[in-house]
Amino acid sequence: MIELVVTSINELESLRGQIQAEMDPDMTRITVCGGTGCHALGCTEVASAFEESLKSGGLADKVDLVITGCHGFCERGPIVIIYPQGIFYQKVTPDDVDEIIYTTVENSGIVERLQYKDPVTNEVKVHEEDIPFYHKQKRLILGNNTSIDPANIKDYIAVGGYSALAKVLGSKPGAVIDEVKKSGLRGRGGGGFPTGLKWESTRNASGDIKYVICNADEGDPGAYMDRSILEGNPHSVLEGMIIGAYAIGANEGYIYVRNEYPLAVANITTAIWQARENGLLGDNIMGSGFGFDVKVNRGGGAFVCGESTALMASLEGKPGEPRAKYIHTSDKGLWDRPSNLNNVETWANIPLIINNGADWYSAIGTESSKGTKVFSLVGKINNTGLVEVPMGMTLREIIFDIGGGIPGGKAFKAVQTGGPSGGCIPESLIDLPVDYDRLTEVGSMMGSGGMIVMDEDTCMVDVARYFINFLMEESCGKCVPCREGLLRMGEILTDITEGRGQMEDLDLIQDLSEVLRDASLCGLGQTAPNPVMSTLKYFRDEYEAHIKDHKCPAGVCSELITYSIDAGNCTGCGLCLKKCPTEAITGETKQPHVLDAGKCIKCGICYDVCKFDAVIKE
Amino acid sequence: MTANESKVDSIIDEYNAEPGSLISILQDIQAEHNYLPEESLEYVANRLDIPRVQVFGVATFFKAFSLKPKGKQQIHVCMGTACHVRGSKKVLEELERKLEIKAGDTTDDGEFTLETVNCVGACALGPVVIENEEYHGQMTPIKVESLLNGKKTER
Repeated sequence: MIELVVTSINELESLRGQIQAEMDPDMTRITVCGGTGCHALGCTEVASAFEESLKSGGLADKVDLVITGCHGFCERGPIVIIYPQGIFYQKVTPDDVDEIIYTTVENSGIVERLQYKDPVTNEVKVHEEDIPFYHKQKRLILGNNTSIDPANIKDYIAVGGYSALAKVLGSKPGAVIDEVKKSGLRGRGGGGFPTGLKWESTRNASGDIKYVICNADEGDPGAYMDRSILEGNPHSVLEGMIIGAYAIGANEGYIYVRNEYPLAVANITTAIWQARENGLLGDNIMGSGFGFDVKVNRGGGAFVCGESTALMASLEGKPGEPRAKYIHTSDKGLWDRPSNLNNVETWANIPLIINNGADWYSAIGTESSKGTKVFSLVGKINNTGLVEVPMGMTLREIIFDIGGGIPGGKAFKAVQTGGPSGGCIPESLIDLPVDYDRLTEVGSMMGSGGMIVMDEDTCMVDVARYFINFLMEESCGKCVPCREGLLRMGEILTDITEGRGQMEDLDLIQDLSEVLRDASLCGLGQTAPNPVMSTLKYFRDEYEAHIKDHKCPAGVCSELITYSIDAGNCTGCGLCLKKCPTEAITGETKQPHVLDAGKCIKCGICYDVCKFDAVIKE
Repeated sequence: MTANESKVDSIIDEYNAEPGSLISILQDIQAEHNYLPEESLEYVANRLDIPRVQVFGVATFFKAFSLKPKGKQQIHVCMGTACHVRGSKKVLEELERKLEIKAGDTTDDGEFTLETVNCVGACALGPVVIENEEYHGQMTPIKVESLLNGKKTER
């Protein structure tokens, strides 16, 4: 660790110089992506194999091995990059490690079979930035994830970390707020409220004790950018929070993080401890006289706690129920004191704005939405992963140029943005530039940045039912419109997907949607109808097919599909018969089999195992 | 004082018996026992000097807490949107059939608990099943049998 406790702004700069001087730019550095996706794909084993191999080869002192945060390209994990050349390897297994060390580390060659090959042009790409997935991105927030060790404050300081804080401590709080206001930064958690205005209200609120809070209760299914930032670059969030606290006049802060994210909890806890050790957090930060400290609270697994007042209730040790907000949290929030809550990604934007200036920042993006936004591009998409793009990029560019389109030659049907509060955007709007207001105009929202791509095999009624069921389970139950409305909407949608729907039901769910939107207490209920209203608007024909024809055009709703065996194609191989959990399939070996629809539970296993297209789903 | 109470005491002391740390305290107790024993809830209420109803309220409000003991092996099926559109429901149904329990329940022999989880952020691998700490990606109903067989032979 660093011996130096930073007691002045000048000392930070000399410490930075010292760290940079210690680093040998020509030294080989092997980075292994340690993001969640790569973890699940076995990066821990890959990293251990590198460690062992370096040790046994006597290279442990000559090569730096770092487990970094998420690189974003989860589809191709585990990802390994060899610096200083920046050679990119994908889908690395422990068996590849010796070859990488021999060929690349010792002999400066390239292991061709581990390189990225463009699926369309077959062109091999050596460096990360040349890969189409990365090429169109603007990775301001995620960029450092690929090179720094999140558990080492030195790495963050070496790339300029805490310089924004140093700059701020030398200026007036009001000037900091002005800069953030001028940058046009809006909250990245969902609502898109201007960050600078929020800070200003909290600063102007009366009271000696004020709080800043980081909302890391990332509950939107299909969104994991906050997790990746906290895991991969925790100091950037912390630096943002300290700057915010200084501007607002707060001395205490909280980070409320999902308990389902153990690595994020570990990395931000380490970051806080290191910042304290080095005089960047705690009393008298950098000798400025300003004191601020942060506590980490783990969430209890309730989606509604992403809502600011529910989160604050939870921080007080109470059930996470929201309250009406005619009194703003900037006046009375946590423990009834002025509180400023921002999302992880919002906080991570702050050091960038301070370092580069509001003019630089506001030059990126659109008229009303500035900067970049991280999206998690998931679902039926070739290049699943985290992408960071300037606001205003079109859905087409994100899905097709960066995401590489839809797998298996299937047709694109819709993209769902904004999590359970968002809506489904159809193919006809694929050229929509993505920013807060344009997404709201078409009936969806930015939300925290989930982007779930759906293809022709996705049933839009089922998607609506999925979100309503999700929200029904997550509704805290405090207000009637949300608690009862979601329950009834869920029942109606279930009826439709199971073939009991009536055409009048469509008017009823439309009515219920409007009641929820107008009468619910908090954002969860107010935005809950979006998935239903947007699918009704753009995919009404699918609802009608379920109701009038008792058919699910996408072949998803099991009550409306039947399986049978095409005797002409069936070779009698017996595979489906063996796998069928209910013995619904009978037949002699090498004779066409028969499926008893009465016994069939429509699990689809026979359809999936058949190699001869003999199982028919209709 | 029982051994259990002294463990709970040390957890509470770690948080200076602050009522605001109730959720963290309950999380640590649950990590110790893999569920929240009822007597420990009463004990926490007394130590933090808060109404029992608040402790029970929190323990039943949040999904992370369980008042029932959980199985030795915990199987979580990710029901995030990305996993959903890739067919996680069918994987869950197959697990329910094979284990003969519904999501949220534990097998009679106390071996398996089957639960759903709303997105673990491993969307590239969807549908994902997490068995204890291990992630299994691109799950299908067909793969369920071998996943469980692997576990059963270890017993």
